[in-house]
Amino acid sequence: MTIKHHLTDALLMSYAAGTLPEAFSLVVATHVSMCDECRARAGSFDAVGGGLLEEGPVAAVSADCLAATMALIRETKAERAERKPRVAGVLPRPLQDCVGGDLSAIKWRPAGLGVKQAILSTADGATARLLYIPAGSAVPDHGHRGTELTLVLQGAFRDQTDRFGRGDVEVADEDLKHTPVADIGEDCICLAATDAPLRFSSWLPRLAQPFLKI
Amino acid sequence: MFVDHDTILNTAGSHEEVTRVTKPYGQVLRKAVNVTTADDAEKWVDLLRAVRDRQDQTAFAELFAHFAPRVKAFLIRSGMEPAQAEECTQEVMAALWTKAHLFDPARASVSTWVYTIARNRRIDVARRNRRPEPEDLPWGPQAEPDQEDVLLLQQESENLGRAIATLPEKQRDLIAKAFYGDLSHSEIAEITGLPLGTIKSRIRLALDRLRHALA
Repeated sequence: MTIKHHLTDALLMSYAAGTLPEAFSLVVATHVSMCDECRARAGSFDAVGGGLLEEGPVAAVSADCLAATMALIRETKAERAERKPRVAGVLPRPLQDCVGGDLSAIKWRPAGLGVKQAILSTADGATARLLYIPAGSAVPDHGHRGTELTLVLQGAFRDQTDRFGRGDVEVADEDLKHTPVADIGEDCICLAATDAPLRFSSWLPRLAQPFLKI
Repeated sequence: MFVDHDTILNTAGSHEEVTRVTKPYGQVLRKAVNVTTADDAEKWVDLLRAVRDRQDQTAFAELFAHFAPRVKAFLIRSGMEPAQAEECTQEVMAALWTKAHLFDPARASVSTWVYTIARNRRIDVARRNRRPEPEDLPWGPQAEPDQEDVLLLQQESENLGRAIATLPEKQRDLIAKAFYGDLSHSEIAEITGLPLGTIKSRIRLALDRLRHALA
């Protein structure tokens, strides 16, 4: 698997700073789970945070702060923190944690023309959803009002800009109007997140709300 | 109370070390907060290993003296009330002890690791839920990463710290604002010229070795 389309520096830095909406963080965490290049880049932005912490201001802690911390350690010691390594399946771990399992756990809702979707998270004004696009199908022409991140989990899609396979992420801004088409070989499953407000809860093409424009 | 540094420091002896060994504890703490030497990053790694391997409370006290006031200041600057920041600092510092076995010094400095714990705690408190985190890479057959990798990554972290400190003030302020949560994603896009190429390559190398060991 060769990932060609990566996260932007701005997204990775915002993730390191902890300021991304949860929906975007989910896309970043999922892509990083699949992409060591972006994992290393994310690590370098974390190191900036570490450098700032090191150089940054100090605030005096209370006299009993260390003692209180030791007491806290004694309380929590029994539950030893464990790593959360890769889990089997199509969905990387951060998504499985969110969905509650792999593909079979996703609660799909029809979105028209054979396309299905499952909304995952809508905290902080941004929305994350899983999309299921049948092989060879096109997603109707749509624009974006904020930033839209689309991460491929299975299959591939192609639009005016390029082809996106598993692990690739497309970072689209308001200027991009595109018609993604799923590759013919396999149904395409994507994780999509947008920071534009959600305007409708079901797919109503008659209301001139082109598919996915949320 | 006196600190027995022979048991907690592996780094080469320095004049600070002598000072610490011969002075009362309170003075040690002030000194530890103010001193920055080229060996600091490696010293924190050694202290954290002492906590991990021997539950060394003296080593932990030294880590605490250095990092707790920084974590508290970071949380307050990020918008937390001082009382809550104090409580949150205790949780972050306790995680240093309980998660010491998860720290990989070939991929991060202790400062960076403490920063990520504090940042995640801040997000958890604000949202009352967990921040999505990438899946971890499991350890390879070796229990410890290559010492050379650790050394180079720790040195690179210090180089990065110095590079950030010498950036033009305006740019440094912008970066600080970003990490204290004062900039939006689109404002962060304006920040350019961070010297991250070398440290990224070091982390990438450590990841490649981990993958190779697992294959």
